[in-house]
This record gives sequence, C-alpha cells and structure tokens, in this order.
Amino acid sequence: METKLPPASTPTSPSSPGLSPVPPPDKVDGFSRRSLRRARPRRSHSSSQFRYQSNQQELTPLPLLKDVPASELHELLSRKLAQCGVMFDFLDCVADLKGKEVKRAALNELVECVGSTRGVLIEPVYPDIIRMISVNIFRTLPPSENPEFDPEEDEPNLEPSWPHLQLVYEFFLRFLESPDFQPSVAKRYVDQKFVLMLLELFDSEDPREREYLKTILHRVYGKFLGLRAYIRKQCSHIFLRFIYELEHFNGVAELLEILGSIINGFALPLKTEHKQFLVRVLIPLHSVKSLSVFHAQLAYCVVQFLEKDATLTEHVIRGLLKYWPKTCTQKEVMFLGEMEEILDVIEPSQFVKIQEPLFKQVARCVSSPHFQVAERALYFWNNEYILSLIEDNCHTVLPAVFGTLYQVSKEHWNQTIVSLIYNVLKTFMEMNGKLFDELTASYKLEKQQEQQKARERQELWQGLEELRLRRLQGTQGAKEAPLQRLTAQVATSGGQS
Amino acid sequence: MAGAAGPGTGPGAAGGDGDDSLYPIAVLIDELRNEDVQLRLNSIKKLSTIALALGVERTRTELLPFLTDTIYDEDEVLLALAEQLGNFTGLVGGPDFAHCLLPPLESLATVEETVVRDKAVESLRQISQEHTPVALEAHFVPLVKRLASGDWFTSRTSACGLFSVCYPRASNAVKAEIRQHFRSLCSDDTPMVRRAAASKLGEFAKVLELDSVKSEIVPLFTNLASDEQDSVRLLAVEACVSIAQLLSQEDLEALVMPTLRQAAEDKSWRVRYMVADKFSELQKAVGPKITLNDLIPAFQNLLKDCEAEVRAAAAHKVKELCENLPAEGRETIIMNQILPFIKELVSDTNQHVKSALASVIMGLSTILGKENTIEHLLPLFLAQLKDECPEVRLNIISNLDCVNEVIGIRQLSQSLLPAIVELAEDAKWRVRLAIIEYMPLLAGQLGMEFFDEKLNSLCMAWLVDHVYAIREAATNNLMKLVQKFGTEWAQNTIVPKVLVMANDPNYLHRMTTLFCINVLSEACGQEITTKQMLPIVLKMAGDQVANVRFNVAKSLQKIGPILDTDALQEEVKPVLQKLGQDEDMDVKYFAQEAISAVAQRLRKLDCSAKASEEPSARGADKNHFLRPRGPGEDTGKAHRERAARAVSEEAVEAARLQTRPSKGPAHQLHGNTRDTLAQLEIAELVHFSQSGD
Repeated sequence: METKLPPASTPTSPSSPGLSPVPPPDKVDGFSRRSLRRARPRRSHSSSQFRYQSNQQELTPLPLLKDVPASELHELLSRKLAQCGVMFDFLDCVADLKGKEVKRAALNELVECVGSTRGVLIEPVYPDIIRMISVNIFRTLPPSENPEFDPEEDEPNLEPSWPHLQLVYEFFLRFLESPDFQPSVAKRYVDQKFVLMLLELFDSEDPREREYLKTILHRVYGKFLGLRAYIRKQCSHIFLRFIYELEHFNGVAELLEILGSIINGFALPLKTEHKQFLVRVLIPLHSVKSLSVFHAQLAYCVVQFLEKDATLTEHVIRGLLKYWPKTCTQKEVMFLGEMEEILDVIEPSQFVKIQEPLFKQVARCVSSPHFQVAERALYFWNNEYILSLIEDNCHTVLPAVFGTLYQVSKEHWNQTIVSLIYNVLKTFMEMNGKLFDELTASYKLEKQQEQQKARERQELWQGLEELRLRRLQGTQGAKEAPLQRLTAQVATSGGQS
Repeated sequence: MAGAAGPGTGPGAAGGDGDDSLYPIAVLIDELRNEDVQLRLNSIKKLSTIALALGVERTRTELLPFLTDTIYDEDEVLLALAEQLGNFTGLVGGPDFAHCLLPPLESLATVEETVVRDKAVESLRQISQEHTPVALEAHFVPLVKRLASGDWFTSRTSACGLFSVCYPRASNAVKAEIRQHFRSLCSDDTPMVRRAAASKLGEFAKVLELDSVKSEIVPLFTNLASDEQDSVRLLAVEACVSIAQLLSQEDLEALVMPTLRQAAEDKSWRVRYMVADKFSELQKAVGPKITLNDLIPAFQNLLKDCEAEVRAAAAHKVKELCENLPAEGRETIIMNQILPFIKELVSDTNQHVKSALASVIMGLSTILGKENTIEHLLPLFLAQLKDECPEVRLNIISNLDCVNEVIGIRQLSQSLLPAIVELAEDAKWRVRLAIIEYMPLLAGQLGMEFFDEKLNSLCMAWLVDHVYAIREAATNNLMKLVQKFGTEWAQNTIVPKVLVMANDPNYLHRMTTLFCINVLSEACGQEITTKQMLPIVLKMAGDQVANVRFNVAKSLQKIGPILDTDALQEEVKPVLQKLGQDEDMDVKYFAQEAISAVAQRLRKLDCSAKASEEPSARGADKNHFLRPRGPGEDTGKAHRERAARAVSEEAVEAARLQTRPSKGPAHQLHGNTRDTLAQLEIAELVHFSQSGD
C-alpha cells in the first residue's frame, strides 16, 4: 500500500476543529484594505436547489426508532430515510414549517441512531442512506452574489438550508465513522461520480459546509482505497482549473489541508505522479491572486514533500523564484516566510545548488522600498540554521548579496532597515573579514563596470537599429512604409543575396 | 562575455552590408540571457532586429535552435517571444522556411501559463496560413498530432485550437487522422482538455464536410453536452450555434434539438444561463419553425427560471427574440406567448432582472404598434417608472425615444414627471448624473412648453448641487438645451437665472455662473455674450475670492473668440491687465495665459480686417492700435521686430525674476517657459500699441 494515513494527522470532527497543524498567516498590516467599503445590500438569496419536487406529500412523524422492536427497525429506518429525502424551500422561511420540523427530528434521530446503536448498518440500508445523502447535499451551487467575493473581507453567503444540511452531513460523517461501516459494501454506492460531486461542493461559500466536507472527504480517502488515485487526480484538476482558468474556488484551503495529510502518508520513494503534482500543481498555485487564503496550507504541503524527499528542493526553490511576486508585497512577505520554512529543513547539499539565485532574490527583497518585505528578508539572518549555511558558503553568498546590502544601507528610507542591514554587514565582517574587505574594495569598480556594460549595451542596440534602418533603405526606396512588411521583404532579399 | 568588445567598436566601424559578422550570435544571445528580466524582455521584444542583423540563414541555423532549446524563462518573456514568432516568416526566409518556426512555438504551446500558450497557438495559426500545402502536411500536421497526444494537458489543450486551420488544406487520408485526434480530445480524461475541445467544436465543424459533421461532430457534441462537468456542457451550447447553421431542418430536429432541449433544462444554472445568453444566435441558427416549436417554450422557462442570473440573461434577449420572429404571426406570438411572462418579470424580486428587462422592453413598442403598446405595454412602462430601483427607472427613461416614435411621449408624461423628479433628487449622485444626461433627449421629446413648465426648474436646481460632477453636468446640459431650443429661449429663460447667481454669497455658485458662461457663450452667440454675459464676468474680476478671479481670467480667454475687437480691446484687455497684477499667483498666471490668447485673437482679427478692408484708405481706421501695414512699411516692420526682440528679452528677464522667488502652485513651478512665452506676447502687444500712438 503506497499511501497510508497516519492517525496523528487525521482531521478531527468539525465540532473541534484541530486539523490545521500550521498557524494561520500573520496579518501583514493592521489596515483592512476596504474597511470603508459599504456592505452591498443583500439580494434575496437565490435558491441552491433547482426545481423542488412539486410539493408534496405531507410529512407525518413516524414512531421513534428506539420504540420499535428490532424486527421492525430496518423497515422504519428506511421509511425515515425516505422522509429525509424530501426537500424543503428554505428561502421561504415560513413555508411548511411542520414538514421541516418532522424532517429535522427524523434527521436528528438518524444521527443519534447511527452513532450509538450497533447493528443498524446492514447491507440493504446502504443504498437508502447514500440516496438520502445524495439528494440532500448534491446540488448546483448558486451563483455567487458578489462576483468579486474576497474571502478575507466579505461575509460569505450562508447556505439557507443549513438546519437540515448540517444534520445530513453529521449523519454522513457518523455513518462513515461507525464501527459497523463496511467500505466493501459502500463502495458500490460511493463511486467516482459520487466523489466528483462531493468535490464540486467544496466551492461552497459557506465555511461550515466546507469544514464538514473536508472531514468527510478525508474519511472517504481513508476508507475507500480504490478511490484514492481518483480523488488525487480530481483535486489536481480542480487546482489547475483554479490556477489557469477561473481564479475562483472557495475550497482550496480545505482541499490542501486534506492533501497535507495525504502527502504525509506517501510511501518512499515518491512516485513520479506525486512529484509531478508538486511541481506542476502545488508550485504554480503560488501564482494565484488569492494566495493569502490558503498559503499556510500550501506551504505545509510543500514542506511535507521536502521532508519526504530532499532532492525536490531545487525544483521547489527554482519554482518559487519563478513565481516570485512582482508587485504584491503582501504575497512577497508570504513567499519569504515559506522560503524560510524550506530553508529550515534544507539539506546543506541542496542549499549549495540554489544558494546563488536564492540569495540574489533575497537581496532584491532587502532593497524593496516596502519595509515589511525588506525586514522579512533580513530576518533570515536571525535564523541560526540559515546563518550557519551562509557561513559555510560565504564565498558564494556574500558576493551575491554584498553589493545590494551595501547600497541599500546607504539609501533606504527606513531607519530600522538600515540598522538591520548594518547588523548583517557586521556579521559578514565577523564571518570572513578578508572577503568582506575585498568586496568593499571591489564594490566601486563593479559599479563602474556595470555602467560600462550598460553603455556597451546601448551602443549594441543603437548599432543594430542603424543596421536595420540601413537595410531598410538599401533595399527599399520607400522609408515610411509599414515596418512589418518591409522587414519581411528585406529579409527575403537578404536571403537571396 | 566573450564578445563584449564587439558592440563597442561595431557601429563606428560598420559599413556596407558585410557587418553581420560584427554581431556575433554570442553577443546577442548574451542579451537574451541577461540576468535582469527587464533587459531580457527588451531584447526579446527586439528579436526581429536581432534576426535582421543575423540574416535569414543564421536566424534559421543559430537563433531559432537557441530559442527552442535554451529558453526556460519568465512567462512575460515567453509571451513576448510567442508573439514575435508569429510575424517571423519573413525573417527566416519566407513561406518556404516557415516551418523553421514551428519547434520553438511548439514548446511554447506546451507551457503552463495560459496566456503564453494562447499566444503561441495564435502565432501557430497565423503561420499555418503561410505554409505551402506540402509543408503543412510535412511539418504542421505532425506538430498538431504531437501536441494532441502530449502527456500533459497543456499541449493537448493547445492542439484543440489548431485543427481547424490545417484541416481544409490537408489530403483526405490526413483529414481522417485529424478527425480521429480531435475525437479523442473530446473524450479526454482531463476536463481542461474537454473544455478546450468543446470550445473549438463549432469552429472545427465549419471546416468539415457535411457528412463528417453528421457522422462525427454530432455525436461528439451530444457527448460533450452531457458531460459530467457543467463547465464542459455549457461550452457545447456555443458549439450548438455553429453546428445548427450547417444542418438541414430535418437533421437539425433529429440530431441537435434533443440535446438543445436538454441544455435548456440542465440542472446547472450555468448551462441554462448560457442558453439564455446565446438565445438570439440559437434562434437565428435553428430557423423560424423550430423556434416556434421549441425555443419559445424554452424561453418561457428561462424567463421564470429559479436563478435570477438566468432570468436576467433571458430578459436581456426579449427584444431581439421578438424582432427576429417571422413577421407573419409575430404579433400573436408575442402577445400570447411572451408578454404574459414579461408581465411577471416587471415585478420580479431581483433588481438585476427588472433592470435587464427595462433596458429592452421599450423596444417592443415598435414591434407591437400603437394600439398594443397603449393597451399592454404602457401599464408595464408606468409600473417600471415607479420601480423602487433607480436603475430600472433610468433604463426606461433612457429608451423613451422608442416609445415616442410609436405613441408619442405625452401618454407617459404624467408618470414620467414624478419619476424624473424623484431621480433628479436621488441621494446617489451617480443617479442624478445619469438622469441629467437624458435631459436633452427628454427636452427634445417633450417640447419646449412642457419643459419650461415642469423641468426647467430642475435643470437650474442642479446648478447648485453640492457635488461638483453634478454642477458640471448641469452646465453642459444647459448648453445642449440651448442648442435644441435656440438663443431666444436661452435669453429669456436660462441666461437671466444664470447671471443672477453671480451675486450668490457662495463662491462655488458664483463660479458656476462662470462655468455656464464658458459653455453657453458659443451656443448663444456674440450679441448675448457681449451684452449680457461679458459685463457680469468683468464685474466678477473684483471678486474677493481668488478662485473666482482666476476663473474670470479663464472665462475671458474662453469667450474671447466670440467677442469682437472693440470689446476685447476696450473691455477685456484692461481687466486682464489688472488681473495680471493680482497679488495671487494663480490669478496672475491665468491672466497672463488669457492675455496672450486675447493678443493672438486680436492679431488674427486685425489680419482678417486688413484682408476685408483692402479697398479702404490706409489711415482710415486710426482708432485701431494695430494699424494695417502696407507693403512700403517693411523697414518699419523690421525695426519693430528688432525692438520687439529687445523688449522681449527684457520680458524674459522680468519673467525669470518674477518666477524665481515664487512658491506658487505646482503648475507655476514647472510653468516657467510658458510664463516666459506669455510675457513675450505681452511685450509684443505693448510694443504695437505704443507704435500705434
């Protein structure tokens, strides 16, 4: 068995959310960006259920499960399940109150029963149970009322039918967790299609629903071995769509949380499929605009991978460098945080491979005019392990960062940053005084060389431009005809001559 | 940096055509590999220049292999590269060598980032047209096949966009293969690929033979339309439009309609939304008969869909749907099968639905004619004019012209007025702004009398709105009204009220007078401007608020072109000169700007006066300081010019002295040259007036 779920990292039930082992990302600044924005008037909540079954037989309360003799228990159970398969309109909060209450009571009783009574779950009730669950939870999620919904700022739309839906989820969870539960029987009903629809529900805006889904999917992954590969594949499809097509999916953090524990259970050596998932799905996930919503979970997954297989480090770090944020400083701080987490577990042999590009990026961050970015980058020097890595490789790292640090120490507007840089430069001096002196001496020279290079570059391009113009004039009398066509003609005739 | 010295000596020594060697590929590649992304990007964007320097052969043998093998770069650089290569055919030696561009584009078509991939596909499509049929089969089609069977979804997604460009020019055997590949992509394991295939299905169908459409495309369409993911199903709706256009009515009924009916009732609102959104296209594609039998009932369902998004999309299509119905029997169909549902929507719970309907409902009146409009539509219009949502009311008002053509606006005026008044006083300034913009239209429809009676006061009230944007719009509105109703109306109704505001205690209102004059002067013409407006403007030059004073200067500059020489010379100029000495920097600045403009105007007037008064005696107009010069006075002119230059130099000095110590607003700090120019103009003016005496 290539994957196993260590019980230590399995999610607990939603009532005591303790699944996330990773702390949430620190709020980068104290200002809420759009605090002044007026809450938009609530539109009447649209229905998530398309076409209710035309109502409807009146629901009448059935006898309690505990009051009937064991011989009639299963017959009553399936009648109750059928009753719970009747759907109600929750947009109209006064409609059919009696029916709603009957269903609620029945669901409560089912939850109770499946959790505590042994011997209830016999084979014939499985299809009824799955049917009841499917009817209730599977629905096309309603259109988002706020197209630019920001999970950090906006209030989510809560599912109106939650009073029933919650009980259905609770029942589903207890069903899966029951000691009587037999995956070998259930797998006939919990199939790929079922899982696919379950995954689609992760887009729900209601965090309560996603919390339940997360735990349920985790149990499903644990119990249905035959569905594992399929679940992983569908998750990566959801992520890829999220990255490259939509940039909108509410349940990314929850799915990543499950994946974190899945990765934890991967057997070694890692399969190519898993490595590919890291490189082609998890790393590109860093490029998404709403990274802050799921960054903690994502970073956890990445570090899990590196702890499993250190040889992936180079891929990961080069990937992060590729997707390094250009304009969003908040994301830049997150990247720096993740990078430090990675460096915490990096093997020295891997560090050597990426030290140069990595520290060039760190130096760029130090020179960021946004002081939080600069500060976060400079905190790397407070990390003992990183410092020891730098010391061991100071002949490469120092030249990579020295120029920038030296320059920024003279130019940065923020005094805290300047003094932090002085500390860093001091550590460098203590680390290797000779190298430090050499670098200080050659700094000016390098600056001049840079200018020289820039001049040469300019001359090169000027020359090329002149050459181009000369060619245009040489072969063509007209000077002002469209360039595209001209270059094409010039090139053709140039090829002949 | 092997060839770093090359570029330094290159341009100087370069001569003739043999200078290719001076730009060794290594140097250029160094540029393309530069550590700085921005520099790399710059180099890539000038790739055509590099290619030109290398010549076609070295571009083919050295540059393209380099690009193919060694570029793993930032997406931004790759995007620029993908774009460049689309126009590279000439640079590699013309159509015979176009296939050389395929390898780099092929790898770009497989990268992760969507924009890069899409651009690479776009370039490939462009280049495919430049291939000869032989090269197409030898190089391009194999590339499509490779992409279509790539192991990562990105290459298969890209392949979907290339089938339709190579199919028409391929031989029959190859065509069969291409179809086969497309088929397998339509049932790909990855939803991303199925989506890409579904979105290209219509385009591909169009280039296929009719038999293949029926035997192959239709089954693919049916499958995609019942995909397990709604994101795939909804794309099939789009394909439906293209496919339907290709088939005969019988085939359509048998092959496509069952699927379309199913899509209109899909359990996912996204698919239903798509049907509603594409309704007009679908209607045109399936023809009138099927429309009546199938689409109208489907449309009715969409109009009462449970999701507001779907209802709104359908409501948007009401007018187009009705317009496109066959003229014969149209009225009955609309009256019996559409109108009842529209009536429901007028009181929908969702404001987006109501406002979507309001934006098209007026268009029905031209289709239904006068009687039906009065009997059936008018009540709906009136109800919407009273809707709680301002957007709904605005949408009705903005389309009044449709109704006016049919029944005249009078029918509506009773309800119109309260609606307009309410919108005019809406708490949201954007709503007020929107209604102001319809005022000229309303004025045209309602006529002068009604307007004066009911709406004129509103237009004047907006002039003192507390939001500047509203005051500004109100000002422009006045101008448009004057254009509609003429100057006499302006003189009697608008101008007096505007001018009274010049005495308002609030300086913002006083400025509004100036802004109104700015736009009204042109519409009102010289007489009103000179006689009524100018005195007020001039009087305001003594205002105690500097903002008013410099706006006086600006206004004088604006209305200058309308005034005649006398007014400019005797009234405007002295006031401006006084303002030019103002203690406030801004007033001074704008006064100087105005002075120079007025001076220019005066010179122009002078020239035209000279041209028109040629026959009259030279000394006749002795009152004018700008005496027309005769040909004999050339020496005098030269003298004056020299003098003017001297004076102007002094003026420049003066201007420098003046502006140096100033700590005025920003425009003055960097406005030195302008100031100087203004001074120069003054200098000229002064000089001429002296010589005139």
